[in-house]
Amino acid sequence: MYYFDPHIHMVSRTTDDYETLSKMGCVAVSEPAFWAGYDRGSVDGFRDYFEQLTSFEPSRAAQYGIQHYTWLCINAKEAENVELSREVIAMIPEFLNRPGVLGIGEIGLNKNTRNEATIFLEHLDLAMETNEQILIHTPHLEDKHQGTRMILDMLTGDQRINRNRVLVDHVEEHTIRPVLDAGFWAGMTLYPVSKCTPERAADMVEMHGPDHLLVNSAGDWGPSKPTAVPDFLLEMRRRGHAESLIRRVVYDNPIEFFSQSRGFNFQVPE
Amino acid sequence: MNKQEVLQREFLLVRAKVLEIAACLDRIDRAEGDLPQNHQRELLSEAIGHLLGKTGNRAEQIQLLFSREYSDQWRSEFQL
Ligand SMILES: [Zn+2]
Repeated sequence: MYYFDPHIHMVSRTTDDYETLSKMGCVAVSEPAFWAGYDRGSVDGFRDYFEQLTSFEPSRAAQYGIQHYTWLCINAKEAENVELSREVIAMIPEFLNRPGVLGIGEIGLNKNTRNEATIFLEHLDLAMETNEQILIHTPHLEDKHQGTRMILDMLTGDQRINRNRVLVDHVEEHTIRPVLDAGFWAGMTLYPVSKCTPERAADMVEMHGPDHLLVNSAGDWGPSKPTAVPDFLLEMRRRGHAESLIRRVVYDNPIEFFSQSRGFNFQVPE
Repeated sequence: MNKQEVLQREFLLVRAKVLEIAACLDRIDRAEGDLPQNHQRELLSEAIGHLLGKTGNRAEQIQLLFSREYSDQWRSEFQL
């Protein structure tokens, strides 16, 4: 079965990973801008990163028949530096019309601070002014529930936002319902340990249905598994779920959501 | 899959996980010293208590137990 990984950080993965993903049926990835493992010192550091996301990665992916899409922002962790964040937000429009750019993301909260919320709101302004879709990072572990609720407050408090054009990622059992009930898309992120497993993601599909639901690996430079989406697919199959239901979550849904971006020029594989 | 099939499929896995928890709690008990007023250890006991509940949303309950509190007044507290 062909599938889509809607949240994976390929800049931190090897070319061998592209080959493996391709062999497993991955036909497209979307890569949100994120933290590099260290705080970048200047706006030029981000300009170089956006260059990498919009030119080098798509060509590296294409060698394995994978279509590469991306999202741009300054992530929640570095958003603690408000001055630098504002410089980056002012620079992002230089890249928004490049092919494969799907919108603003992954913006969100990390430790749920005032500075993070300030920069989140300024990213929303940018997305509204430029008519971009939004991809959201929700915090992890003990910060997730509080941070997700704060993010939903900011989104639902903004009358300009079309909720069907917003994807809230890293939902788990205690945050999925408020996200879906409010009319947003929700992404479940699979990790080998400590966060959501393929089994629990399958449980959530069974409990909430496939509507507006995506599944991703969020593979990055930390312990993570870039082939986590096929693990989910296998778990669904082993439980006897219909291929059409599985395909809806791993293929049809991402395409439906991303098709609302002007930078999404998906070529259906033969 | 029906209840019996799901249980059959998961039994050995859950058995192993329960044993891991038991051994881990024994390890904490066996270690030297005292636990300071330890919130984390109490949280674990409370979470284990949830496993014995009869609700169909144990995972959600345990997630909320391990979560920081949310106040809907946060925006005015942050003056945002
Ligand atoms: Zn990410």
